[in-house]
Amino acid sequence: MSKIKIYVPRDSEALALGADEVAAVIALQARQRGIPIELVRNSSRGMFWLEPLVEVATKKGRVAYGPVQPEDVAGLFDVGFHNGGAHKLGLGLTDEIDYLKKQERLTFARMGITDPVSLDDYQAHEGYAGLCKALTLKPTEVVQQVLDSGLRGRGGAAFPAGIKWKTVAAAQAEQKYVVCNADEGDSGTFSDRMTMEGDPYMLIEGMTIAAMATGATRGYIYVRSEYPHAIAALNEAIARATEAGFLGNKDGKGVLGSGQAFHLEVRKGAGSYVCGEETAMLESIEGKRGVVRAKPPIPALKGLFGQPTVINNVITFASVPIILARGAAFYANYGLGRSRGTLPIQIAGNVKHGGLVEKAFGVTLRELMVDYGGGTASGRPIKAVQVGGPLGAYVPEAHWDLPMDYEGWTAVGATVGHGGIVIHDDTADLSRLARYAMEFCAIESCGKCTPCRIGSTRGVETIDRITQGDAQNRPQQVKLLRDLCDTMVNGSLCAMGGMTPFPVLSALNHYPEDFGLSKPDRKAA
Amino acid sequence: MTSNNQVQSTIRRVLDDKRGMPGALLPILHDIQDELGHVPPEAVADIAEALNLSRAEVHGVISYYHHFRTEAPKGAVVQVCRAEACQSCGSEALWEHASKQAKGQNVTLESVYCLGLCATAPSMSINDKPYARVSHARFDHLLAQLKEAA
Ligand SMILES: Cc1cc2nc3c(=O)[nH]c(=O)nc-3n(C[C@H](O)[C@H](O)[C@H](O)COP(=O)(O)O)c2cc1C
Ligand code: SF4
Ligand code: FES
Repeated sequence: MSKIKIYVPRDSEALALGADEVAAVIALQARQRGIPIELVRNSSRGMFWLEPLVEVATKKGRVAYGPVQPEDVAGLFDVGFHNGGAHKLGLGLTDEIDYLKKQERLTFARMGITDPVSLDDYQAHEGYAGLCKALTLKPTEVVQQVLDSGLRGRGGAAFPAGIKWKTVAAAQAEQKYVVCNADEGDSGTFSDRMTMEGDPYMLIEGMTIAAMATGATRGYIYVRSEYPHAIAALNEAIARATEAGFLGNKDGKGVLGSGQAFHLEVRKGAGSYVCGEETAMLESIEGKRGVVRAKPPIPALKGLFGQPTVINNVITFASVPIILARGAAFYANYGLGRSRGTLPIQIAGNVKHGGLVEKAFGVTLRELMVDYGGGTASGRPIKAVQVGGPLGAYVPEAHWDLPMDYEGWTAVGATVGHGGIVIHDDTADLSRLARYAMEFCAIESCGKCTPCRIGSTRGVETIDRITQGDAQNRPQQVKLLRDLCDTMVNGSLCAMGGMTPFPVLSALNHYPEDFGLSKPDRKAA
Repeated sequence: MTSNNQVQSTIRRVLDDKRGMPGALLPILHDIQDELGHVPPEAVADIAEALNLSRAEVHGVISYYHHFRTEAPKGAVVQVCRAEACQSCGSEALWEHASKQAKGQNVTLESVYCLGLCATAPSMSINDKPYARVSHARFDHLLAQLKEAA
């Protein structure tokens, strides 16, 4: 009797919901019942309300059950779930689940399907096709592919990746670096985490392609300390890839015999949000306090240890393998305007069906929150939604039907950022959230500029005076808050101080009643 | 309790192991904290000497990063996420509840700003093990388990 393949995710959100315990009970029950199984710890499909999502390989395809708790396992075996038997937790064929079926998974194509650290599994699912293709091209042709794909940085600033690569490729230096920004500090985002835990070779492959295209021989992945599972998965994947010759300098012949070495290492952050800012990150990797550097010089010319450095976000690098494997045009065919390709969007907060939804640009917030998200978890009306992390604005309902793209959204004051969407129901108090935005800036400011360091603390105090103080003084305090935000926007070196006013002012403008203001004050906006 | 000798030998070993790395300071601090639970103040001079830095520089780095602690944590480290996505699912109330429950217990309770589990909030971790959708009852249950294990 051949072994039945059963999949239980090892993604940390699945673990947080009991996946390890479920896996242990499945193994035990199978042994007790004499059913030969092969337990695969796959990555998550990204439907977190269904985690732990257990899958079974059947003749018709993979069949899903979820959310499974340890106490459900015996019942599942009783109905023969290992042969696809019917059960109240049964969800049918995984690929037919609407939430997944409607997506356009290019970057996340393998997510939930493979064993994250298995190189064989990776290669069996188009893994390393991009690097192999890149090695048949000249470095300038690889850069051209990335340029032509229209891929822009997924970490927030949306700068064209190909232009950065071109600059580094053209720079003359003894040593060049490729650095991956895996600091993912934004609340409501987890696509970097999922990638590192669930498909680490995809990131490694993307970085390797960048190294080959630019002539960099060393790379670092800067991962926040809050992600221990991601760090462990990456370290294991790097070791295996190095052993197999996909990384490092095996037999002195470079990556896959290309003649160019690429040594890759994980560096762990230490709980500082601003270290996600690329120059602060470089300082941190160099062993210093994560204080933001003034630009110029740009990191592409003088980056890590003063050398030319490609810096990209996890998802930016992870998008590269498929661009090389299938061609720039294939990727650029998705999206709209100057926003090409797809974005792995994260639906989070008070939401019924939270998870990872990869869609081409052009999708709307309402589709994401309602069609995918299914509304709030509490069942109450959606009151507010913050997009693009702690520095992103609260987007009012008037803009929920705007197709997602960088330019279109910027025009109405919304940020795509890293694609995190945080939903709040009608119990949310937007003055509290605005206060929190200022407070967070005060805690995380690197301290280099006064508007950010001091302004954020003043911001907290001013919001307190608006909400708790004398009503008569309120209009004056509101004016003060607006002036303060102006100063922060205009006088800050980086987006920490420069964008904290976005959530604050959008909260004030769209939810004045939460600040004890009547509607007319809104005109002052 | 780790003895003075053990502390010294750990610091020595980590320094020998990592001092040659480019940008060695953070990896060194991480290794020391991972092994000893904190970065003891007496490590500063040794690290400074090994990396050819001033003590003030080393101290400046340790104090800059929220992750590094200079005192040993009490019992298990319990981190409750208080960032926006968790706030939308009641993390402030959870934080207040946790603060009350943890009082007098052998745990170190800390705020954390996102664990990347934002689709099933509120979240927390105990010694790096993640927990999602944490109700007050679940928190109490986990705390009781910690007590039992102690
Ligand atoms: C305060 C602050 C925090 C940031 N955090 C991150 C982060 O966690 N991850 C990230 O990729 N980019 C972050 N960025 C953006 C980076 O500075 C930079 O634009 C990015 O790493 C470039 O990669 P990309 O072009 O691939 O997006 C942050 C920026 C600021 C100002
Ligand atoms: S805006 Fe804030 S975080 Fe950015 S450089 Fe200035 S002080 Fe540092
Ligand atoms: S905001 Fe709490 S886990 Fe992300």
